[in-house]
Amino acid sequence: MAAEGQAIDALGQFTLTPALGLLGRSVNFTQANLFMVIAGVLILGMLYLGARPRAIVPGRLQALAELSYEGILKMCTDQIGPEGRSYFPFVFTLFFFVLMGNLLGLLPFAFTYTSHIAVTFALAILVIVVVTVVALRIHGMHFFAYFFPPGAPKVLAPLIIPVEVISYLSRPLSLSVRLFANMVAGHVMLKVFATFVVMMAGAGTLGVIASVAPLALNVALIGFEFLVAFLQAYVFAILTCIYLHDSVHLH
Amino acid sequence: MEVEAAKAIGAGIAMLALAGVGIGIGNIFASLVTAVARNPSARDQVFGIGILGFAVTEAVALFALLIAFLILFT
Repeated sequence: MAAEGQAIDALGQFTLTPALGLLGRSVNFTQANLFMVIAGVLILGMLYLGARPRAIVPGRLQALAELSYEGILKMCTDQIGPEGRSYFPFVFTLFFFVLMGNLLGLLPFAFTYTSHIAVTFALAILVIVVVTVVALRIHGMHFFAYFFPPGAPKVLAPLIIPVEVISYLSRPLSLSVRLFANMVAGHVMLKVFATFVVMMAGAGTLGVIASVAPLALNVALIGFEFLVAFLQAYVFAILTCIYLHDSVHLH
Repeated sequence: MEVEAAKAIGAGIAMLALAGVGIGIGNIFASLVTAVARNPSARDQVFGIGILGFAVTEAVALFALLIAFLILFT
């Protein structure tokens, strides 16, 4: 919890500890790993149980599985074109892994594995490697013409090419930092306002009445964090689709 | 000046970047509302792009927050 004597301990919630007792301590299986396994089980369970009742008029779970499948497929084909279907499993996995990471952290006593730069940077590096390999496979050496847009005057090439290369290499950085900082900022705010509630409630009867204000703000903040969870997963997936569109077409 | 005080001042100055981000996000949603007001049937098309633009602009705000945290805690 927080140390009221000094500063509020907002960042201690992100430290990793071994999770499953003896198994955790022997192979360093932390809460992040545990929640990744839970997320994987939830996604696979949702898809399997949703695809089993093959009703023409779908029930709720089947509708959830079908809508999520069709939604991501539509996003891929809208952004990348007809050949977007081959990248659909990758984008679907990314979207749901990030979404589950963001959402599971909102449960009490749970951990947000996407709040670690290690996890989000690994995902972003994966995206950039996949995008570059796809581009090299489709276009070969002509891929490097991407960094010099066709209509530009040739005298500006020494200026344009480094700028384009740096902006290409900054894509994984921005992808990872966007997701990681959103999650960290959200959970830090939740922790700080929760500490306010406890501090004010410990200060007598007037404090208990006054502590309703940060509590109400915390409730609104949890609602906002749900929105941010979906938004950040959607933005991660759609930026992956845009980068794939760039590597499949405009080279 | 103590290191702690300098760190706190540095983190505060890093947050001045949020002024530009606030203007940017206001710009995006102002143009989104204007676009929908001019052509209500285009709402579904521009909404996705508007949300993407909002998220990318907010990322800049979070870069500033990241620098502030780096200044404060390392």
